[in-house]
Amino acid sequence: MLRPALMVAALAAALPAYADTDLDALRAEIQEMKTSYEARIQALESRLQAAESNTAVTLPAIATPQGETAQPARNAFNPEISFILQGGYAHLKDLPERHITGFLPDGTPEETTRGFSANESELVLSASIDPYFRGYLNAVLNDGSIGVEEAWFQTLALGRGLTLKGGRFRSGMGYQNEQHPHAWDFATNNLMYEALFGEGYGNDGLQLNWVAPTELFTELGAEIGRGANFPGTDRNQNGIGSYTLYGHVGGDVGNSHSWRGGVSYLSARATDRSGSFMDFADISVDTSFTGDSQTWLADFVWKWAPRGNASVNNFKFAAELFRREEDGSLNCTGGMCGAGSPGTYQTTQYGGYAQGVYQFMPRWRTGYRYDLLDPGSRDYGINNAYLPRSNYRPTRHALMVDYSPSEFSRLRLQYTKDRASEGQDENQWYVQYIYSLGSHGAHAF
Amino acid sequence: MKPLHLLALLFTAVPGLAHAALNIFACEPEWGALATELGGDAVRVYAATTAFQDPHRIEARPSLIAQMRRADLAVCTGAELEIGWLPILLRQSGNAAIQPGKPGYFEAARQVAMLDKPAVLDRAQGDVHAAGNPHIQTDPRNIARVAQALSARLIEIDPDHATLYRTRLADFNTRWNAAMARWQIQAAPLKGMNIVVQHQAFPYMENWLGLKRVAVLEPKPGVEPTLGHLAEVAAQLKAAPAKAVLRAAYQSARPAEWLANHAGLSVVVLPFTVGGSDRAQDLFGLFDDSLAQLLKAVQ
Repeated sequence: MLRPALMVAALAAALPAYADTDLDALRAEIQEMKTSYEARIQALESRLQAAESNTAVTLPAIATPQGETAQPARNAFNPEISFILQGGYAHLKDLPERHITGFLPDGTPEETTRGFSANESELVLSASIDPYFRGYLNAVLNDGSIGVEEAWFQTLALGRGLTLKGGRFRSGMGYQNEQHPHAWDFATNNLMYEALFGEGYGNDGLQLNWVAPTELFTELGAEIGRGANFPGTDRNQNGIGSYTLYGHVGGDVGNSHSWRGGVSYLSARATDRSGSFMDFADISVDTSFTGDSQTWLADFVWKWAPRGNASVNNFKFAAELFRREEDGSLNCTGGMCGAGSPGTYQTTQYGGYAQGVYQFMPRWRTGYRYDLLDPGSRDYGINNAYLPRSNYRPTRHALMVDYSPSEFSRLRLQYTKDRASEGQDENQWYVQYIYSLGSHGAHAF
Repeated sequence: MKPLHLLALLFTAVPGLAHAALNIFACEPEWGALATELGGDAVRVYAATTAFQDPHRIEARPSLIAQMRRADLAVCTGAELEIGWLPILLRQSGNAAIQPGKPGYFEAARQVAMLDKPAVLDRAQGDVHAAGNPHIQTDPRNIARVAQALSARLIEIDPDHATLYRTRLADFNTRWNAAMARWQIQAAPLKGMNIVVQHQAFPYMENWLGLKRVAVLEPKPGVEPTLGHLAEVAAQLKAAPAKAVLRAAYQSARPAEWLANHAGLSVVVLPFTVGGSDRAQDLFGLFDDSLAQLLKAVQ
């Protein structure tokens, strides 16, 4: 009984590999096998039903000790493999560089591809390693390079609400930080994360997470790591380069509302962190920062779905705020700074974003996001003479509509009013596609 | 490093909060109801979803993670029904007892013979499940099989209450057999009835009652019905008419109503699980009401 069925499955799986001429013959063969088996199964079923109706009262199915019936593996793939294709079209102004006025850049130049582009594709592999560990890999494929975004193990059997993660991972602080670009609600990153981390804060290290045994969701986490990523730098030394602490609480209000909020803290150190500023003559000067960087985040998410059923209508609100303090020295070269001008660097800066995304009918969502940064207080010591300290507040408005034919595909149109850099007022248009191939990933709250 | 001290304090200050009752996390209300039948006062049941939510699409909400953290036993359907949300709860809970493969993790779909196993796994066929159709709770014979296995699991995890679990299972079996005999007789007029379903949510019920599914409103499993496809179904029904269009309580009312208006058949809203209607307050009520709704369509 099983063998022909397996054969059919194997043949069916092998089908795409055959040339067209063989295809039809095989199809016919399989169809024949299918019909003959269906007929036999139907015959068996009708016999079974007849037998059941004769003995329905006296012989309920309980008598059969079923046990664990043979089933295929829990997932069709082991490891679970999924592949994310992203790309689209961007209508942007032709600017050589995009600065966020008043904030030191993260070193990687902001994505400014105009016109059509196939953005980074993501490859995600994950599986249980054994009963004690789970492994996860997220690699980003670009022209000529593969970047390892995340590669970590996670404990499964520690118990008592404890989970230890090790390797390269996205920090658990904030709300959006753990999300990769395909999971964002907008085609572009928010200004806050762009200014704070470039994309999101990742680290090579360890994370310990604890969930409290309470009805109110409460989690506390601590991370230690290399701290090589912005706002820190790789400092080629033993010990801990940066650490993170975070806490979240969350719960439901009735059947229709759920929420989560939290606070996080990141402490990092930088040595010769390179960046750039505009001097008073509006010439780009190179900067090098050495010192401490401390970041506090507050995040809040609220979701609504009528009776908890999100399939027709649902709404999501998310907001995050930050405060960053950097204290150290800044050396600038070029322009008015000349061959080099070492000065102090003390800043306290703020910012945040708020966004709402509403699904107004099945498959269709619309969303609006507002970004605002405050350059706060800055003191560059003697470099105050060369570097302007404008009180300009960078802002950005983003409005998007997206259409998801299924859980695995999404098309998006976005309009952005970008005023991140002083004197610029740019209208940006984005058309984006996100496709997810392979195993069915689960998305966090 | 003050914050770390605080953290260390919290780790130690909150003990296991030992409960006498076994904490059961039921992914769907039917398994919650079954656990209550079998466990009585020895268990404390939390149902993660309601009859008005689509079990395929649940948010991995913080409240669910908190409940999973405290669970001694997770009772879920399996067969990939909860694939979009359950894995997150299991991983983030930090609860070793309910991880797959442990006695604290129970999948109901493993106890029954699965229907509608796809021959080819291809997303072009919609949201198909490799293990077969996961909506096993619409056939009372499946409930009986799951009850048997779940009771054995309760005894394994909580041997102190073994006698209680055995007694309650025997009692449940007696009542359930009597109810199944009653339903069998009541359902006689339904045999061979042609039906249309909104989602392929009822193959087990169709199999049990001898209903004949002639069309599905979703063009592919998990893909919302489109107007074009509904029109096709309506045209198809002219040639081969059906008595009723079935939908589960959680599903959108509009597609079934549209078809009912255009093809002249009645809409049957089935509770689908415990809590899906006023009468379906437990497993017995679930089938009493399901049959009553179906029988209305025959008259």
